[in-house]
Amino acid sequence: MALLEVNNLDVRFALRGGDVRALRDVCFSLDRGERLGIVGESGAGKSVAAFSLLNLIAKPGYIAGGSITFDGEELSGMKDRGLRRIRGNRISMIFQDPMMTLNPVLSIGEQMVECLKAHRRISTREARAISLHKLNQVQIPSPETRLDQYPHELSGGMRQRVIIAIALLLDPDIIIADEPTTALDVTIQAEIMDLLLELCEKHNVGLVLITHDLGVVSQVTQRMLVMYAGRVIEQGPTREIINDPQHPYTQGLINALPQMATPGSRLNQIPGSMPSLSNLPSGCAFHPRCGFVNDANGEPRKACLDKVPGFVDSGNCRVACHMVAELVNQQQRDSREEIL
Amino acid sequence: MIAFLIKRLFHAFLVMFVISVISFAIQDNLGDPIQQMVGQSVPESERAELREELGLNDPFFVQYLRFAKNAAQFDFGYSYIFNEPTTQVIMRHLPATLELVAATTFLIVLLSVPIGVYSAIKPRAWLSRAFMGVSIVGISIPVFLTAIVLIQLFAIGVDFTPFPADTAWGAWLNDLLSTDGGMPAYGRGNPVHVFGTWDTNFSSLEGLTYLVLPAISLASIMLPLFIRLIRAEMLEVLQSEYVKFARAKGISLRRIYFVHALKNTMLPVITVGGVQIGTLVAYTILTETVFQWPGMGLMFLDAIERSDIPLIVTYLMIVGLIFVITNTLVDLIYGLVNPTVKLTGKPA
Amino acid sequence: MRENAMSDTIVPGRWARFRDSYLLYSFKRDLVAQVSLVLFAMLIFAAVFAPWLAPANPYDLAQIDIMASELPPFWIDGADPQYLMGTDAQGRDLLSTILYGLRVSLIIGFGAVLMQAAIGVSFGLMAGYLGGRVDAFLMRLADIQLSFSTLMVAIIVGALVKAIFGGATFSEYAVPLLVLIIGLAEWPQYARTVRASVLAERSKEYVDAARVMGLKSRRIMFRHILPNTLSPIFVISTVQVANAIISEAALSFLGLGMPETHPSLGSLIKSGFDYIQSGSWWITLIPGAVLVILVLVINLLGDWLRDVLNPRLYKG
Repeated sequence: MALLEVNNLDVRFALRGGDVRALRDVCFSLDRGERLGIVGESGAGKSVAAFSLLNLIAKPGYIAGGSITFDGEELSGMKDRGLRRIRGNRISMIFQDPMMTLNPVLSIGEQMVECLKAHRRISTREARAISLHKLNQVQIPSPETRLDQYPHELSGGMRQRVIIAIALLLDPDIIIADEPTTALDVTIQAEIMDLLLELCEKHNVGLVLITHDLGVVSQVTQRMLVMYAGRVIEQGPTREIINDPQHPYTQGLINALPQMATPGSRLNQIPGSMPSLSNLPSGCAFHPRCGFVNDANGEPRKACLDKVPGFVDSGNCRVACHMVAELVNQQQRDSREEIL
Repeated sequence: MIAFLIKRLFHAFLVMFVISVISFAIQDNLGDPIQQMVGQSVPESERAELREELGLNDPFFVQYLRFAKNAAQFDFGYSYIFNEPTTQVIMRHLPATLELVAATTFLIVLLSVPIGVYSAIKPRAWLSRAFMGVSIVGISIPVFLTAIVLIQLFAIGVDFTPFPADTAWGAWLNDLLSTDGGMPAYGRGNPVHVFGTWDTNFSSLEGLTYLVLPAISLASIMLPLFIRLIRAEMLEVLQSEYVKFARAKGISLRRIYFVHALKNTMLPVITVGGVQIGTLVAYTILTETVFQWPGMGLMFLDAIERSDIPLIVTYLMIVGLIFVITNTLVDLIYGLVNPTVKLTGKPA
Repeated sequence: MRENAMSDTIVPGRWARFRDSYLLYSFKRDLVAQVSLVLFAMLIFAAVFAPWLAPANPYDLAQIDIMASELPPFWIDGADPQYLMGTDAQGRDLLSTILYGLRVSLIIGFGAVLMQAAIGVSFGLMAGYLGGRVDAFLMRLADIQLSFSTLMVAIIVGALVKAIFGGATFSEYAVPLLVLIIGLAEWPQYARTVRASVLAERSKEYVDAARVMGLKSRRIMFRHILPNTLSPIFVISTVQVANAIISEAALSFLGLGMPETHPSLGSLIKSGFDYIQSGSWWITLIPGAVLVILVLVINLLGDWLRDVLNPRLYKG
């Protein structure tokens, strides 16, 4: 049994015009010390997925179904009091914008000490010692003085280091990092990402990394999920998906990378834009943008228009696509015929 | 810190300068000290002589300097109505107003924070809705009308008997809807002398009863403003990323509300509180008028009615000084509470 | 050319656009806003048609019967059915004085708001668009005035104006003078709001574009920037009308406003207050209730508008 298992997670937002389904049938798992990437365009549901793990989705969002099992405990539907034991303690989070994440009127030390004291019965002196140690680990220069400084006295990169230190304070099992470098200067993005990777490896901490940067995902994670319009459409070992994407959307994403374009030519892009969650197309949500919606006869595949694709296993990956399913079936038939 | 103080003091000085110029212009154009000194019977030639002697024919600028010099020593001349130095008159009326303001501030601070915070934490609870409904009604009732209604209800009393008085339930309902009255509503009663010109209503229960209705009236207009402000700021803060992050850290809700959120909420509230001191003084004039509370506001109105120009000018200068001092203090407190203010310049 | 092409396509008429707007949609769903609007419309109607609706003309001394003074309203024993809401201390029909008083209060309220909007919007545009010294001076002035509070400034200015003109002249020209006094006291609200939105608008590209095209700064201000600041101006205007009506009532209550011979709601409350101890509460409390309802419905409409239009208003 994996450390964290998510099954058929269903998250909705109760709006005036009825519920909007932000996540559907999301399934994934994470082993101890494993690093998992979640990629997709903005609005695909990556952040909702991250926040719903600890039931931190803001109202009117709510978990409508599915299960989140962490170390044998069911988290969905757990009372706030119970979740509080886990939040920041066994599963901690890193937010996107370090400029907004720290409370401007509390000193760095206070914000670290309060976290330790919320989970352990220790004195302020001990808590400060641990905080100092963690600040050292994230390689902040002169950490002693930082404890009594306020967030506005630190640069964005420094603040994100502080936030990583806070995430590591209680030696968690898992860190959920929601686009931890997007808001930073390009020059320090790599620095912060390397630091995070190094610390996770060193302390054997599992990482759920939410990002839209395929480059980062391929460097940092061992497995990845690709999300589109609230669904996982492809998941598997990162290397395999990057090298040989199966789903047309994943292929599009990888083709759109600047390094995939030949010099002098235009960048590749996926035509159209992601549909709004309140008004999804029928069948496969990607079909209006998909280049493979037509079958061998040049006719649009009926299944793509009518039926939400289920998962098929293709090698080590699982893909939700009718076209891939056809190919896989074809291959299976071929191989059976060969055997015969 | 020093630089901040110097900057603030310079600003305060500037404001006082503007106020003193306005005050002097009023005195120069509206007050005729000769008239006051000698009366009607003295011939014009003698008046002109006196005028020259007193320097009233000097250029505006010279006269202003003389005024400013005297003002710096709190010498604003004599009041027409009271026939004593105006500063003395003000000092006699100041304690009554300060005590009223103190009692009101106590009510506001005591009630606005818990109500504002509660209705931000539970915006959909019926109690929060009730608070918000009452507060918009409170804002819409002019302070003098609240005062009048309070007098009618609790000083005069209301006999409301729509139900049959000969049945037990009818008598009970009638009793519930009627009020006894009897609360003191005029003046301060017999305040106890403390020292100097300071008589206090705070030392005895009887003295406090005189404060109840005026203080409630004055609070009724200020309280809703603060409740609405605290609620709005708190709601905004609760949406912030750092509150979300605090939740992700596993901090208890109580600590999130009262340490993380409240501290950020209070920053703008302190600023607005400073601005509202002026409003409070304006409302004391109205409240004191209704309750015949012998404070500076009532005195000021009296001075206006009887065109006691020196007293009006002194009131303006003293009230201006109080504004400037409190505003500077508020800025200082803001700087001390908010770590992003370096106390040397503007907020970061 | 392009513009022509645009106008050829079907542009929905104003009415159609209003019918489909979010404003109307949210109004239909908000009972408080509907009731407030109905009450407000009724009060405006009553004020406009006061001379036709009122049973008596309170300004006409011949119609006043001093023997009929302090009569209670109809539901209390001793009432005279001729005087529905009773009479005041001078024997005037209270309903009529309230209708006329409402008229005076509304005229001053709207007049003062027009006055302050005229001053405040032009100062705000100047401060926001010209910047530099003009901005610093105007905003410092606004700061000082606001730190004194608008009501305080109105009381002081009112006292001075009364001292300059003398009581009799002041009473005669009370309406325009009060409009002026309240206008002078409250302009900073508009100036700060307009300045804030001008600063926000100014940094947008269309203003740069207008400047590159060589338009004069006055034209840019009035034709391009001002329309974009209308929504916050609209929202604070509702609150400011309520404030102006309260300010007028307060000034009148202090004896710095409308004379009792030509009363507003505020001076009616003032003149009735003297008789509350003798038990004639209706002379002061019925006009008071009308004043509260008037201000309350305006505030409720303002709240609703602010929620719907949700402009970023200048705080404080």
